[in-house]
Amino acid sequence: MEEKNKYSIIVPTYNERLNISLIVYLIFKHLRDVDFEIIIVDDGSPDGTQEVVKQLQQLYGEDHILLRPRAKKLGLGTAYIHGLKHASGNFVVIMDADLSHHPKYLPSFIKKQLETGASIVTGTRYVNGGGVHGWNLMRKLTSRGANVLAQTLLWPGVSDLTGSFRLYKKSVLEDVISSCVSKGYVFQMEMIVRASRKGYHIEEVPITFVDRVFGSSKLGGSEIVEYLKGLVYLLVTT
Amino acid sequence: MKHVVKILTLVVAVSAFWVALLQTSVIPPSHTWLLPIYFIVSLGCYGLLMVGVGVMCFPICPEEALLLQQDIKEAKEYLKGRGIDVGSDF
Repeated sequence: MEEKNKYSIIVPTYNERLNISLIVYLIFKHLRDVDFEIIIVDDGSPDGTQEVVKQLQQLYGEDHILLRPRAKKLGLGTAYIHGLKHASGNFVVIMDADLSHHPKYLPSFIKKQLETGASIVTGTRYVNGGGVHGWNLMRKLTSRGANVLAQTLLWPGVSDLTGSFRLYKKSVLEDVISSCVSKGYVFQMEMIVRASRKGYHIEEVPITFVDRVFGSSKLGGSEIVEYLKGLVYLLVTT
Repeated sequence: MKHVVKILTLVVAVSAFWVALLQTSVIPPSHTWLLPIYFIVSLGCYGLLMVGVGVMCFPICPEEALLLQQDIKEAKEYLKGRGIDVGSDF
């Protein structure tokens, strides 16, 4: 195996001063013999996330941890675009900073990509070996309902549309992200649906999703409306 | 082709088939008239069944929460020893 691949891990943060150091530690623990960099896009967290990141840079080196802050909260989609501009790897990993995405799965993403040559490897919670912890019945119900609706209407070819733990070839991410306009949950769905329509090779690996802050990802009425609007938007534009 | 066009094409094709059935009276027209209702009802049943089975067989991973707690503890100890601020108070 040639050691020329480099993985840029983009982690958008907002008030994650504790989680960011935990996630950095876990990334270093689980990614050995791999060339990688962690790009932290912090949206002006008032809790001192950036100070902690600077401490981490001292410990792990500024070539491994890049802090690319923005002045204020500007949304997830643009955070990825911002991080992407500073990425020097040929692969990009996108993950959440709140530890619902565990870095221990990174090697399986990389392995899957190397085995299949896929353009995108996406983490799925809905297959054998995957799973979710910390969701109540209502959350499971809306998640399943949303998924069945999307599978029936969009035929996306992937089992978990709204998961956001993914590995992309850098060029593919640049291509797909430029045509995405949605926000929040719908953004993740739009990314994978557009990639699928463009004919990119997408593979899946099982991941587990631990919701530590109970109910933090609960879906309210307005989110459901946004989701349905997103679904219709994707129906008529992709 | 936009996806909505694909779905509409499918709908038109099925409707055409239905109209053809009505015209040719292969099966009694009184039955044919009810077919769209059967179709919608079965589509609804399919959706409910998929959601129901999905919720019942929802993959869960309580053990992962414990493993994560261990990882967090380990990370905190390591980082604290190296001068990283891991106080959670903010």
